[in-house]
Amino acid sequence: MNRANLVFAALLAVLLPLSLLAGRVWINPFDVAGGGVANAALILAELRLPRAVLAIVVGAGLGAAGAAMQGYLRNPLADPGLFGIAPMAALGAVASFWLGAIIPPAWAGWSLPLLALIGAGTGMAALALIAGRTSSDGASGFGGGAGGGIALFTLAGLMIASLAGALTALAITLAPNPFALSEIVMWLNGALTDRSWREAAIAAPLVAAGIAVLGLAARSLDALTLGEEAARSMGLDPGRLLGLLVVGVGLTVGAGVAVAGIIGFVGLVVPHLVRPLTDRLPSSLIGPSALAGACLVLAADSILRILPLVTELRLGIALSLIGAPFFLWLLIRMRRGSL
Amino acid sequence: MLAAENLSLTRGGVQVVTGISATLAPGQITAIVGPNGAGKSSLLLALAGLLAPTSGRAALDGADLAAMPPRQRAQAIGYLPQVPDIAWDVAVENLVTLGRLPWRDRGTAAVEAAIAALALEPLRRRPASRLSGGERARVLLARVLAGEPRWILADEPLAALDLAHQLSLIAHFKTCAQAGQGVAVVLHDLALAMNHADRVLVLDAKGDGGRLESTVVADGPPATALSPDVIGRVWGVAAHWLGQPGARALVSGNPQASGV
Repeated sequence: MNRANLVFAALLAVLLPLSLLAGRVWINPFDVAGGGVANAALILAELRLPRAVLAIVVGAGLGAAGAAMQGYLRNPLADPGLFGIAPMAALGAVASFWLGAIIPPAWAGWSLPLLALIGAGTGMAALALIAGRTSSDGASGFGGGAGGGIALFTLAGLMIASLAGALTALAITLAPNPFALSEIVMWLNGALTDRSWREAAIAAPLVAAGIAVLGLAARSLDALTLGEEAARSMGLDPGRLLGLLVVGVGLTVGAGVAVAGIIGFVGLVVPHLVRPLTDRLPSSLIGPSALAGACLVLAADSILRILPLVTELRLGIALSLIGAPFFLWLLIRMRRGSL
Repeated sequence: MLAAENLSLTRGGVQVVTGISATLAPGQITAIVGPNGAGKSSLLLALAGLLAPTSGRAALDGADLAAMPPRQRAQAIGYLPQVPDIAWDVAVENLVTLGRLPWRDRGTAAVEAAIAALALEPLRRRPASRLSGGERARVLLARVLAGEPRWILADEPLAALDLAHQLSLIAHFKTCAQAGQGVAVVLHDLALAMNHADRVLVLDAKGDGGRLESTVVADGPPATALSPDVIGRVWGVAAHWLGQPGARALVSGNPQASGV
């Protein structure tokens, strides 16, 4: 665990200054130190630094949530999106474009992240409600019946995701005007462009709290390594674990979507990068996955910034472009049984 | 004492056990046997406190398991599931250490003792994916032993093992029982129950459709609980025992026909 933490903390320490200097305008560190170029300090403090902080926050949340979800579902192909919280947050954000006309201008900057958080919260509440319903007839949380509570709960999450996706598509087709339409579509493909300290201030505390909550679930996730019954025999409280996961994933993913839109594949891919450096128990993955997620999003966002394209490639699209082939490679490796 | 008191259980909405009572004693191996669907695994789950009864109760030293805090229960009762199920490619040492989760410590001494007891020292750093079936069974039992439970409940721990591994695992259960731990194992192989258990609990399910009445039809030392008469009534198979006590073999068929 220590080794993986060290590796990715060191990587982050290298990436962060590089990311601050990289962009359309390359900054020479000596300019800033010597006070030679006033603009350089301004670019750093108002553009690059908040964007880097946001990348770290969003990436850390997605990485930690991915590690926790894979541990909970006991499946290396699980993704934090499976709970349906990201699509719900996106639905909330899309609603803010719809409501754009009636939101007072003073609130305009806050309405999108706020509504996205409300969407994520609604998704979490729906999950909690379903969890309460499905565990009330069973003996103890996981249900005990055929199929098990975890599988049932995951299906419920997928249904929430699918419903939120359909409603989002409906909102797009019925967009009030072409401008809103393009805004929605652009925003759904997550990005970190044109963000400020405000978004960082919204997301950082929520993501930090979410990661801490997931940390509380770490030992229970370890117990699940040996299956649901063995885990319960070792004192696992399924209801508590589910609660921690819904809140932890809700905070990390919900806050991430609220400030950056949908960024896929980070939560899926990052735990795989981390796992070989650890003892492979879920508890050993959460911290390093947060650091590695931060590295991945920060690096990807920085590279996009310096690519010589007319318009900057959206981060969400770029990560999916990298993530999908990686996922395929992972599937092939799993078939060979070397995972 | 670990007791089922007039226990009724449902799983997936189906009544699987109705009104079973049995008290297990520490320091001995109790084998739970019966035909498929007799409710053996359900009874074991309930005795482990993992399946809440619809009526009656499972009690540890007089305390209702359903009302006991999960950690306290987990410290007292170790449960070994039937299917060896390891989600991540974790090294043997770390798998055994998971047995300390109920205590929330590293329990180095207990972990080392469990590793030594099951001769896992040479496999210590080997990942789960590179273990044979027999090795995996030893590792998972070591995980239970590392928790130093007073009760060890194992669901068909010998089912997928070769003869040598079966005997070696039984020897470990015997060591545990001699050390004062209570051991209850669900078994399908009646000869193993006959030769190695101190006590045999025979379950049988009678009834039709959705309501099966699973009851204890025999309970006692193996020689009486697994008499040819009981085997005939419960399994519907004419069979008899050959060999000496402790080394008996079950032969199906009529004793006269096979010349005994």
